[in-house]
Amino acid sequence: MKERLTKIYHGFGLPRLIISAFLLALIVVAAGTELSVAGLLSDALVRIGQNGIYVLAMVPSIQVGAGLNFGLPVGVIAGMVGVLVAMENSLLGFGGFLVALLVAIPLGIIAGYLYSLLLNRVAGQEMMVGTYVGFSIVAGMCIFWLMAPFTNPALIWPVGGQGLRVTLTLADTFGGTLNNFLKFEIFGLTVPTGLLLFYAFFAFLLWLFLRSKPGVAMEVVGRNPRFAVASGLNINAYRSVGIVLSTVLAAIGYVVYAQSFGFAQLYNGPLMTAFPAVAGVLIGGASTREAKVLHAIIGVVLFQTLLTVAMPVTNQLIEGNISEIARVIVSNGMILYALTRVTGGEQA
Amino acid sequence: MSVPVLEMKKISKSFYGTQVLDNINLTVNEGEIHCLVGENGAGKSTLMNILFGMSVITDTGGYEGDILINGSKVAFNSPKAAIGAGIGMVHQEFMLLPGFTVAENIKLNREDTKPNPFSKIFGKKLETLNRKKMSADTRSALDKLGMNIDEWVTVAGLPVGYLQFVEIAREIDKENLQLLVLDEPTAVLTESEAKQFLEVVQKLARTGISILFITHRLDEVMAVADNITILKDGELVSSGPTESYTIAQMAELMVGRKVETSGRIGNVKSEKANEAVLEIRDLRVDMPGERLRGIDLDVYKGEILGIGGLAGHGKIALANGIMGLYASQGQVRYEGMDVPLNNPREALNLGLAFVSEDRRGVGLVLEDSIANNIVLTSMQTQNEFLKPGPLKLKDQKRIMAHALESIERFDIRCTGPEQIVRRLSGGNQQKVCIARAFTQNPKLFFVSEPTRGIDVGAKSRVLELIVELNRMGVTVVITSSELAELRSISDRIAIIYEGKLSGILAPDAPDVEYGLLMAGKSLEEVGIGERATN
Repeated sequence: MKERLTKIYHGFGLPRLIISAFLLALIVVAAGTELSVAGLLSDALVRIGQNGIYVLAMVPSIQVGAGLNFGLPVGVIAGMVGVLVAMENSLLGFGGFLVALLVAIPLGIIAGYLYSLLLNRVAGQEMMVGTYVGFSIVAGMCIFWLMAPFTNPALIWPVGGQGLRVTLTLADTFGGTLNNFLKFEIFGLTVPTGLLLFYAFFAFLLWLFLRSKPGVAMEVVGRNPRFAVASGLNINAYRSVGIVLSTVLAAIGYVVYAQSFGFAQLYNGPLMTAFPAVAGVLIGGASTREAKVLHAIIGVVLFQTLLTVAMPVTNQLIEGNISEIARVIVSNGMILYALTRVTGGEQA
Repeated sequence: MSVPVLEMKKISKSFYGTQVLDNINLTVNEGEIHCLVGENGAGKSTLMNILFGMSVITDTGGYEGDILINGSKVAFNSPKAAIGAGIGMVHQEFMLLPGFTVAENIKLNREDTKPNPFSKIFGKKLETLNRKKMSADTRSALDKLGMNIDEWVTVAGLPVGYLQFVEIAREIDKENLQLLVLDEPTAVLTESEAKQFLEVVQKLARTGISILFITHRLDEVMAVADNITILKDGELVSSGPTESYTIAQMAELMVGRKVETSGRIGNVKSEKANEAVLEIRDLRVDMPGERLRGIDLDVYKGEILGIGGLAGHGKIALANGIMGLYASQGQVRYEGMDVPLNNPREALNLGLAFVSEDRRGVGLVLEDSIANNIVLTSMQTQNEFLKPGPLKLKDQKRIMAHALESIERFDIRCTGPEQIVRRLSGGNQQKVCIARAFTQNPKLFFVSEPTRGIDVGAKSRVLELIVELNRMGVTVVITSSELAELRSISDRIAIIYEGKLSGILAPDAPDVEYGLLMAGKSLEEVGIGERATN
């Protein structure tokens, strides 16, 4: 029994135990205030499903040796274009959601491939380069949003008629499609079944892929490129596969995020998307060199629950908006922690 | 007779229980050229590290014995102290700053300076360089060596041969220099450069500087040395004036068979047909530090072919080139089919397997489990260990079963197939590498330095495994720096010298023949006849 417990403890890791304990404490405190614990947890579930695929997107890029994908906005933009195309044509419900995906995925593949060509040239510094690629593409797309040939009045500026608005609402098209699918309530807790199922489906697909021959090859390339060469693998090809996969997941992630959030925020909206996802996977136990699907799942659950619960609770306890500061410290501190811990290992 | 410049008495040194030097005595007199000869790993470098008080020695418990300079006992605890006592060293690798001029390099950290107003206030560190004096000193040092290069050109553009002279100029510019240690200085020089270099060395010796000369080239030894000391396996095997040796004698003493491996592990060559399974023609491999410059060699079906030679002469590059890991050109035919070079995938597909000399860098995925390491190559190149179906999912059950079987068969000491390879000892890691190669069911098996860095027990087990594989009909090409090991299992041994085939010997050929081939002498040249040809 004791042995099993220590094994579980080692598998889970100390940082996650501390965070879980902290989370539990927060929930207990929340129960003592006038906050609705069920409401908080409902929000947490939505946020988990909403951010889950972004965090999954980190796994292939880490596995293939490109580190955390700080260039997540590359995929996010592809997802945005998908969402916009669906909205432009006023497609409603699942139709709109699927069209958005159908546009986003091929765009994600193209963008991801080009991005991977760049990363293959800067092997060893992917994270640094990726960060700036992310920033640059967001800035570059600001011009595109102004010039893009969209004509639906719901999308463009009401006066002047050129360029897309900063914030678009999806309420009239396919906002909440997934969240409301098979939604049910239990003890005051709202479960966004469709959203969670969709997330679980992609987590399963990724898990399956990582166990396939190309998935294993990807892992070998990431862990020891020289061994990979000696085993006849084309390193750059597999690196590209991993990065394309990561980018496509980001694109899908955005479509899911937008429909759940109910708004699409253009221009500087996607500037920081990579950071919560990076922090999420790291909290889940991944390092910059090793990540499993399980890490991504644990990470997104802990991190997003922490954020949803911590903010209102601290606001109840402390005057002023300290919780936002706490969020920034937690997420960036987590990134910093993981980046300094380069070696990683089984018991991370 | 005056007191010797350097006397090393009864020097012994062991690293973590392994005796690397045992009771070495060495005496160098004023103006003497003393040659230190020995194979790689004979203990030459360790001896020099002791002389220089290098941290590798002091950090590992120091040494036993005495060093006397001019008759008084010294114990240097840093290279700086040794240099202060008048010992200079020219390293095998150049220690020069490419962007600096010749004079700046020679005077580095010993610059001549003159005071200026700032230095008078802030101290000596701010004094201006006295370029005139630096220039003049450099000139005189270069002149002593008979070099007519300009002292203000940057080192970056100079030909390799000149760099060696600049290094020496730096040493002789030090006023108190009495002993100059040259560590394989001619290894990078062309023949004419080497000749000029040796002349300079003799000239220096005539000015009263003693020279300790480390080299593999036996004819150089004959040409310049006054006295010779030969080391083998950390022991002094012979010492005396040059006149008392011939090249052949030196070669024999230098290589000499080690006692422990007098019996061959087996593999008495039965009547194996001399049918070439691998034909190598004019193979050139651009592997840094181990360049292969055009080699012709046939590997016979079913044999164990040993590849030997000194470090840096390119023996390692042969397998690496054929397996496509380093840029290569030439022609390699395997069973009549062309092996496409620079393409690891094709080489693997043809049924060649390779255990790399760089076990931790190339041979293993250190962070991965034993099971995965064993099956990875086979899975990726031969679609083994996959479940049927279009998804090509890995078949964990079969992987585990195979891993358990391999662990048993190769005697891999571990906690189980899931153990991370990094945690294994070197010998067990090597067994994992060999298990991986076995899993590929190779027809031709390359293995490089299979026993490097592993303990004695594992060593013989690894060699046995290779012989076992050979008995199953696999042709084996084994590359090793340990001649004794090659001789214990090979059918034939090819010696590589300076990137070319120096000769092929039978494993029971006399030591002297090995020594000569490794020193780049053809057997005919010294009149040993034709028995080496096959």
